[in-house]
Amino acid sequence: MARAGRWLRSVAAVFDKDWRSELRTRYAISALLMFVVTTIAILMFSLGTEEAPPEVLSGMLWVVIFFAAMSGLSRTFVAEEERGTTMTLQLLTSPGAVYFGKLLFNLVLVTGLSAFTVVLYALFINGFVIKNVLLFVVTVAFGSVGFSAAATIIAAIIAKAATRGTLYPVLSFPVLLPLLLAVINATRLAAEGAVFADAAGEFQLLVSYIVVVVTASALVFEYVWKE
Amino acid sequence: MSMTGTTLRGKDLSKSYGRKVVFSGISFGVGPGETLLVTGRNGSGKSTLARILCGVLSPTGGRIGLDPDPGDNHADRVHLFGLVAPYLQAYEEFTAAENLAIATRIRGNVPDPSRISTLLDRVGLNNRKHDAVRGFSSGMKQRVKYAMALLHEPDVLVLDEPMANLDAEGTAMVREVMGEHGKRRTLIVATNDLTDCERFDTRVDLSGSARG
Repeated sequence: MARAGRWLRSVAAVFDKDWRSELRTRYAISALLMFVVTTIAILMFSLGTEEAPPEVLSGMLWVVIFFAAMSGLSRTFVAEEERGTTMTLQLLTSPGAVYFGKLLFNLVLVTGLSAFTVVLYALFINGFVIKNVLLFVVTVAFGSVGFSAAATIIAAIIAKAATRGTLYPVLSFPVLLPLLLAVINATRLAAEGAVFADAAGEFQLLVSYIVVVVTASALVFEYVWKE
Repeated sequence: MSMTGTTLRGKDLSKSYGRKVVFSGISFGVGPGETLLVTGRNGSGKSTLARILCGVLSPTGGRIGLDPDPGDNHADRVHLFGLVAPYLQAYEEFTAAENLAIATRIRGNVPDPSRISTLLDRVGLNNRKHDAVRGFSSGMKQRVKYAMALLHEPDVLVLDEPMANLDAEGTAMVREVMGEHGKRRTLIVATNDLTDCERFDTRVDLSGSARG
């Protein structure tokens, strides 16, 4: 019991350290926000007054979130490697505490990123109307958890590579493809005003994806982290 | 004098990266109140051995036994060790005092400001404890590493190139730390310069140990 309490405090401390570091350096937040603003501005100018169908708008929303996430989410591990603090962290706590602390940090980052993107998208992209708001909110929430789960373990792997900048989106795309297809479909259904029962298949896939990715990541992380 | 701490026994340790054998056939034993000196020319694997001993790198062959055995829990094992090494870094965006508080929290404990203040005083940084590590000289960064390594009162202190970047005052501080720690607990020093550690109980020379 005492060991579990200490482990949980370690997880919270890793998250707290990353969050305070991010607030001071603004590496990830700046990259994410600038990407979202510029991409939505380009979309806005290219669409003009045209109204694209819901399936196209849903896809475009998640394309923006995917590439924005790819521009900033790897920082949590890449920064440790670049600053030479990986071993410092290895000497302080268990790999599991590091993984879940970093996962929590990425989850907060992706949730904030998704909320910011959705607000800008709704304000500036013509024809983006959500008829079932609750379904959409749940989709974004599950999408954020799935995104951060996959992005965290991939970031840990690519942080060890020399070509980490280009490797991250390339490696992430096939891993995130099932998640992307499910959230794009669920977003389209929310835009069309469908009920939860219509999106049951998408949510089953999302929950399975999250459980599988988090479990597999927790199991393999020690090997990725240690050497 | 009461001895507290952990005994380390390395048996037939080897480390290879692909076909490149860094060292092989290394055996030793060191316990509380004893000092193990690891020597060897550049590239002979002193730092690699230091990392293996601390549990952050796995050996290719052989094993390290700890007595008492902390079990398989990684956190329990690494908490036994304090490491000071040129390749170990503090978080530069934080101050020296914040680094020590962060290290304590990540270990799952509650930081004690008076303990942090005492330690920074001991390494000669108390007057700069609220400055970001980014602005420190390499010698001051080395002192931060000493404070971080001693913070949790480790059973085993591993010093890799212990005098790196330090001035005369810093060197004297390190000798004092080595003397105190080596009296009751386990001390491991990896260095090229034998004047860094004149008193030792066991010596492992890694030069020429890279036979395939």
